[in-house]
Amino acid sequence: MIQAILVFNNHGKPRLVRFYQHFPEEIQQQIVRETFHLVLKRDDNICNFLEGGSLIGGSDYKLIYRHYATLYFVFCVDSSESELGILDLIQVFVETLDKCFENVCELDLIFHMDKVHYILQEVVMGGMVLETNMNEIVAQIEAQNRLEKSEGGALG
Amino acid sequence: MVAPSLKLQDLIEEIRGAKTQAQEREVIQKECAHIRASFREGDPLHRHRQLAKLLYVHMLGYPAHFGQMECLKLIASPRFTDKRVGYLGAMLLLDERQDAHLLITNSIKNDLSQGIQPVQGLALCTLSTMGSAEMCQDLATEVEKLLLQPSPYVRKKAILTAVHIIRKVPELSNIFLPSCAQLLHERHHGVLLGTITLITELCERSPAALRHFRKVVPQLVQKLRTLVTTGYSTEHSISGVSDPFLQVQILRLLRILGRNHEESSEAMNDLLAQVATNTDTSRNAGSAVLFETVLTIMDIPSAAGLRVSSPMPLPLASPTLIRYVALMSLLRLVQSDHNAVQRHRPTVVDCLQETDASLSRRALELSLALVNSSNVRAMTRELQAFLESCPPDLRADCASGILLAAERFAPTKRWHMDTILHVLTTAGTYVRDDAVANLTQLIAGAQELHAYSVRRLYSALAEDISQQPLVQVAAWCIGEYGDLLLEGNCEDIEPLQVEEEEVLALLERVLQSHMSLPATRGYALTALMKLSTRLRGDNNRIRQVVSIYGSCLDVELQQRAVEYNALFRKYDHMRDTLAFHPLRAAILEKMPLVERGGPQVDEEAKESKAAAKLSEAAPVPAEPQASKLLDLLDLLDGPSEDAQHPPPLDPSPGGALVQLLDLPYAPPPPAPIPSLKVFEREGVQLNLSFIRPPGTPALLLITVTVTNSSGGDVTHFICQAAVPKSFQLQLQAPTGDTVPAQGGLPITQLFRILNPNKTPLRLKLRLTYNHFGQPVQEIFEVNNLPVETWQ
Repeated sequence: MIQAILVFNNHGKPRLVRFYQHFPEEIQQQIVRETFHLVLKRDDNICNFLEGGSLIGGSDYKLIYRHYATLYFVFCVDSSESELGILDLIQVFVETLDKCFENVCELDLIFHMDKVHYILQEVVMGGMVLETNMNEIVAQIEAQNRLEKSEGGALG
Repeated sequence: MVAPSLKLQDLIEEIRGAKTQAQEREVIQKECAHIRASFREGDPLHRHRQLAKLLYVHMLGYPAHFGQMECLKLIASPRFTDKRVGYLGAMLLLDERQDAHLLITNSIKNDLSQGIQPVQGLALCTLSTMGSAEMCQDLATEVEKLLLQPSPYVRKKAILTAVHIIRKVPELSNIFLPSCAQLLHERHHGVLLGTITLITELCERSPAALRHFRKVVPQLVQKLRTLVTTGYSTEHSISGVSDPFLQVQILRLLRILGRNHEESSEAMNDLLAQVATNTDTSRNAGSAVLFETVLTIMDIPSAAGLRVSSPMPLPLASPTLIRYVALMSLLRLVQSDHNAVQRHRPTVVDCLQETDASLSRRALELSLALVNSSNVRAMTRELQAFLESCPPDLRADCASGILLAAERFAPTKRWHMDTILHVLTTAGTYVRDDAVANLTQLIAGAQELHAYSVRRLYSALAEDISQQPLVQVAAWCIGEYGDLLLEGNCEDIEPLQVEEEEVLALLERVLQSHMSLPATRGYALTALMKLSTRLRGDNNRIRQVVSIYGSCLDVELQQRAVEYNALFRKYDHMRDTLAFHPLRAAILEKMPLVERGGPQVDEEAKESKAAAKLSEAAPVPAEPQASKLLDLLDLLDGPSEDAQHPPPLDPSPGGALVQLLDLPYAPPPPAPIPSLKVFEREGVQLNLSFIRPPGTPALLLITVTVTNSSGGDVTHFICQAAVPKSFQLQLQAPTGDTVPAQGGLPITQLFRILNPNKTPLRLKLRLTYNHFGQPVQEIFEVNNLPVETWQ
């Protein structure tokens, strides 16, 4: 099961924070900070698996991360997930974002945080992998966006 | 009229424009005030925008709880735009700890039954993220209806929601079980993925479900075969492997279904072999599949040939990630198939050199698991080299690992001593506390090593007095064997000329150093004291030091110093009455071997206390030697000397001493009671041995020993005992809870039973442990207890 998905930049500013298990707000922020510090220490050519920090609980949890330009994508998973599989999943997620935003960059994530959440919801649901076929995901998102537009659109 | 509210993007711009944290806070607080006002007014048009902004600031860490009720309103709205934000808000802000969360149950129900597909999707997503047990109860039937709907989009979400429901309310599993068979016929990968996850969850929770789903093994095998042999398809392939996610899930499920089940694993053998050989591991996706395949092969009772021939990706030949995964799989393997992993030992040891901390940690774990009696010297050398250069967080594990391995497999005592010494000098501060006790135990027990060890420790101490465990051991050793240090040569190392004054100076340095812990000071002080009888010179210097510490601030040290002082002053006059030694010498004689496994003894306790420790083995009738150590304060009974009693320093007329102090003569121990084998199962044996200490007729000490001659480790071993009401039973902590296979180190545990009424003893034992991966529980009464145990 995936416990949390965090996206933050090279300075630790959160760009997407999604927990699939309940933590109180202060703990959530602490986890983001702690994860950032753990991940920052890693060189780019060493392996992408980390033991989870103390807050996110227990020896069963690992942090699997990928570094793209200015952003870190971190998935916190337990032992029931395949580590290499999650690495591929991160790649799928990022490629989907790329398709939806057209050459996605950090600014897109900053200004369209809600949309990123909606896309994520089509990939991971309730801490479990839902869909990995990029085309399906993109088709769904586009359908939903059209629906919003037809209602007069989101006003903000 | 309220000023037109900011769009989300504009707010974000403003926040980013803030130059300082304080400015940012100001902007946000102002905006939140607007949002609150807008919520109060209940403006439906802009509500979704306000909530979106609120969610953004929530991500940055600002409070957003006042938005919770707004989520409810948005969810209830008919517009998709509103629902979208509303559900997102519910997932981020609401959770089962707040009462408000139940209020959305109704909306979800409506949306599930009447909503358009995207809306149904939103509702399912929310339920699976934050659905509490109550919500799941209410909505389970709605979700079940959606499982067989035509649209795969809704179906796949419903399936995963079902998994969540089962996790929250396991009793509801039965609702979802029937649909699984049908869902397996699906061709849509998303639905299949969800279905496999659902079946996996069901099987993990209930053995009945597991048996039920064994029927579908052929179907699963077929699906996997199709995936593997299918040509390149753009739809689901990742780097040329078709839908690796689905493959991995299927492999995982096959592992669960095939475990311990011959028939199922037969059915999957061929396929597993095929996958293992055909998968292209040059990319990550292929490796993921291969890894799962190997794990599955290892876990099911498949043909031995398959296991041996399955390709183990060689750690060094591939990039970092693969190395990591390979190390993980080897680690899992080493439990069940030790020899196969031994083949890879050289590469594992090479991985220790990795700069990547995750890799070197795994390599360390694996290396420690691979140490056995034939490779212990080589491995220890490697591990010691690693210890010198490894990152600090691994040092403690490495040090304890080396010490443990040395304990288990040391070829000679001398080598053992050298190894421990090396670890203490390299990583002394990271070593566990009992290392000191272990080393002193080891040295004391190896008489031939006394001279050697005291010299080496002295040299090590002279170089560096900062590593506390080393200092403690060295101080103890110098105290015990100081005479050997000063007299002539030891054949194994270069002759070291040491003067008395140097030794004393060194110990004084330790005493005075600010780096020394109070315990270390205690060691040093006692060592000095012992030297007063070992050294030939006069004791003025020692007496001086001891009397200084009589007014030390540390209470423990002060007490010792005062007592030692008393020894100097009050009892020296006995030198005249006894031809040989004053009482001080008798007290400060060499310690006998301290028993392991007994209650933890502070090394500094007066030597005689060591004699009082309970011996585990059947007692050897020891002649009451007057050179037994005497305690000034406590008169002890029970001569629990063990067979390795070292020859006393002085062949002294202990008789005269005894006479003088008029101590009772300790009676010889009673004949030993025969020990009893009470339990045997698949190579695991439980033996009881009994002791009745003569001084306490009501007391019976039972030592339980658990041995394991089978091929599988015994883990999580717990032994509980019950006795009739008239007895008092006390269980001491066992030495561990694991007995390694093939005659590994046994567990021992001590029971104390008080039987004041001398009623016949009855004993019932309950054992729980894991063996060959299966939990075992045994409850039985011990028969044939020898009469001597209670009469």
